[in-house]
Amino acid sequence: MYRGRLNPREVVGEVVSKYGCDRGRLVQILQEIQKTFRYLPRESLEEVSEKLGVSLSEVLNVATFYHQFRLEPVGRYIIYVCFGTACYLRGASEVYEAIRRSAGLSNGRSTTEDGLLTVEKARCFGCCSLAPVAMVLSSDGSERYVHGKLTPQAGRRLVFNYRSKARE
Amino acid sequence: MLTQTSLNRILYGSRGFRIRVPISSCTLAAGAGEVYRKVIKVVEEHGVDAEVYRVGCTGLCFMDPWIELAREGLPPAIYGNVKTEQIEHIIKNYSEGDLSEATAVRFKTGSGGPPALEEVDFWRYQVRYVSRNCGLVDPESIYDYIETGGYLGLKKALYMKQEEVIEVIKTSGLRGRGGAGFPTWLKWKIAYEQKNDVKYVICNGDEGDPGAFMNRLLAESDPHRVLEGLIIAGYAVGATRGIIFVRAEKPLMADRLEKAVEDARKLGFLGKNILSSNFNFDVEVYRSAGAFVCGEETALIAAIEGRSRPRQRPPYPATHGLWGRPTVINNVETLAHVATIFQTGVEEFVKHGTEKSRGTKMFCVTGAVKRTGVYEVPIGTKIKTLVFDLAGGSIEGRKVKAVQIGGPSGGCIPAELMDLEMDYESLQSYGAIMGSGGLVVIDDSNCMVDVAKFFTSFTLAESCGKCLPCRVGMRHLSDLLERLTSGEASLEDIEVAQELGESIARSSLCALGGTAPNPILSTLRYFKDEYVEHVVNRRCPAKVCAKLVKYSVDPALCRGCTQCARVCQVGAISGSPGEVHRINYDICIKCGQCLIACPFGAIKKV
Ligand SMILES: Cc1cc2nc3c(=O)[nH]c(=O)nc-3n(C[C@H](O)[C@H](O)[C@H](O)COP(=O)(O)O)c2cc1C
Ligand code: FES
Repeated sequence: MYRGRLNPREVVGEVVSKYGCDRGRLVQILQEIQKTFRYLPRESLEEVSEKLGVSLSEVLNVATFYHQFRLEPVGRYIIYVCFGTACYLRGASEVYEAIRRSAGLSNGRSTTEDGLLTVEKARCFGCCSLAPVAMVLSSDGSERYVHGKLTPQAGRRLVFNYRSKARE
Repeated sequence: MLTQTSLNRILYGSRGFRIRVPISSCTLAAGAGEVYRKVIKVVEEHGVDAEVYRVGCTGLCFMDPWIELAREGLPPAIYGNVKTEQIEHIIKNYSEGDLSEATAVRFKTGSGGPPALEEVDFWRYQVRYVSRNCGLVDPESIYDYIETGGYLGLKKALYMKQEEVIEVIKTSGLRGRGGAGFPTWLKWKIAYEQKNDVKYVICNGDEGDPGAFMNRLLAESDPHRVLEGLIIAGYAVGATRGIIFVRAEKPLMADRLEKAVEDARKLGFLGKNILSSNFNFDVEVYRSAGAFVCGEETALIAAIEGRSRPRQRPPYPATHGLWGRPTVINNVETLAHVATIFQTGVEEFVKHGTEKSRGTKMFCVTGAVKRTGVYEVPIGTKIKTLVFDLAGGSIEGRKVKAVQIGGPSGGCIPAELMDLEMDYESLQSYGAIMGSGGLVVIDDSNCMVDVAKFFTSFTLAESCGKCLPCRVGMRHLSDLLERLTSGEASLEDIEVAQELGESIARSSLCALGGTAPNPILSTLRYFKDEYVEHVVNRRCPAKVCAKLVKYSVDPALCRGCTQCARVCQVGAISGSPGEVHRINYDICIKCGQCLIACPFGAIKKV
């Protein structure tokens, strides 16, 4: 679904005409916009606010409330490390730190300089039996992988593998 | 109940030989996709006359990925933890009648051989009531569901008056499986009595408790059962529309439910004049963008309306719900129970459970146990049956210390209280809640203060910020716990934590804040000594809290690879390549990076 250089305003127009000017569909409209841009560009939010006649602060309120929405551009692959209870107790923090470090992330950054990988914490994926778990999504939503029983070592391998994959 | 012909058709298929492979989120993550492809390949290459069959999951996660071979004349045999390279061998041996490598068989036909399911610990304490079809039928086939008696419940319900349907659920004594255990019939009755031409029923499939995935498993493995329950609920209260609320983190669950809705519509179980009655009803699957508080019913309604955040109750959704209309919200498992009660009769349901809470409940046991999985047992089953008998107890060399029950709103029950029976009231009186039924087993490698800190930061992050006690109070609790785990707190702080927790619980707007202090209150109740140890001796007995441990290099394991020295930000580690490295404690800031970096496990916490 990812479509190169698009004008956020045009895209919003298309999406809104599909769902109708219904503020009750705000979440779905944002979901659809994110599918196109992989995140929610600021202009798109402004456009949504105008089109639906909802204040920008209300749109931002919804966009920041749900985990799914991202306000910053992301890498080609997003590595979500589960911080659910089962994963946390089985060592998710160490795995997360190892992944961040080998991806070269520091100072609160979550996307690598080369724009290939994003590393984030996530909530339970319901695969707790395989704790600790990471889910990797391609940012266009077309690929999805789950990795279980991770160790810091396996986390480092994950970064290496997805970085190579992203370069392909 | 199932006739023998139906059972045989489900077990062996029309060709008399069926190989079941579970395709669900968890089994896929464990490699079931490759297994599925390999089974198809082997069957084709060797000309085996077998049907390779996609099913949901049984919940025996510890043996993922598994396959089941079932040929007429042979007992259906389950093989756990299969690797692709074993498949050819397994199929060949089974076809020749050699079942010796199977983990278990569904039933025995002779003596000897692998144990029957009813003989093995991970099965025999279970009562598979709502989960009866999980791992047995194709979740994407409505015909499989009908073969097992599916939609018979709806048919029976539609012959009754609405009041009679509610009466059936009342006699069953069914209570909500989503957390609070509210009597299902009462919710329905209130909504039924509202005079309003538009009413809604909502299936709550948000399942935000980390450590709980029974709803996902059930909806991915037997989605029609949930849908049938929702249609019956819709009929009982006089609704015209149903919504199934699923979160974005669980896409396969949403896909399967969507498919179920489509197929049910095609066969006339949804739409106008369902089964020739004058009941009109349709269902939509709603994919939520994910936030923990959305599982709470008023927040869930707000999410569907495109807002966020919960609101004060009363008024309750049963009178003023979605778009201000009477709305019933039931959990996935509750609805699956409804369908099963109508299919098999109330008598079957009330056979199990306690006086106050009838029937069975699915529990997820994860964390520090040998056999993680989903187990369905009668309500009132002892915690130790779940943790030790079904899940096999602690991992080699470890000791179970506590069980965390009920997710972030629940509490920790210490090992000494494992005799406790799992029902709504008993758990509550011991400071935990049944919640959605997630049990995370904690062993001696986990620190209870750290566990409390974990949950506090979880709820703090999930607090919607609307009410002050939850927003600000949880921030203070979180800071307090940070100080405790860094050894900077005083004994007085422990008392403050207690008081603060109690007042947040009393004064918050919704149940998220109302239950958020539970993890800290229950750990304070049973593990105060661990808190005190952190304060008085500045020691973390489980060696978890980073600031209270020391890192040291084990000379026997260190190979001098210099990895640790390179990651150390403050230059506290010295040593030449090929030589044992050393940590200078005067400089070390205890960030723990060296431990993570060491490829040989030579850095230890002491
Ligand atoms: C913070 C919070 C989260 C909740 N999460 C869920 C959930 O994920 N699933 C669920 O069924 N109920 C959840 N509940 C309970 C619901 O509000 C509601 O009571 C339930 O869905 C009613 O269904 P039942 O009567 O069938 O149990 C949650 C409640 C709170 C306060
Ligand atoms: S806690 Fe990590 S998948 Fe559930």
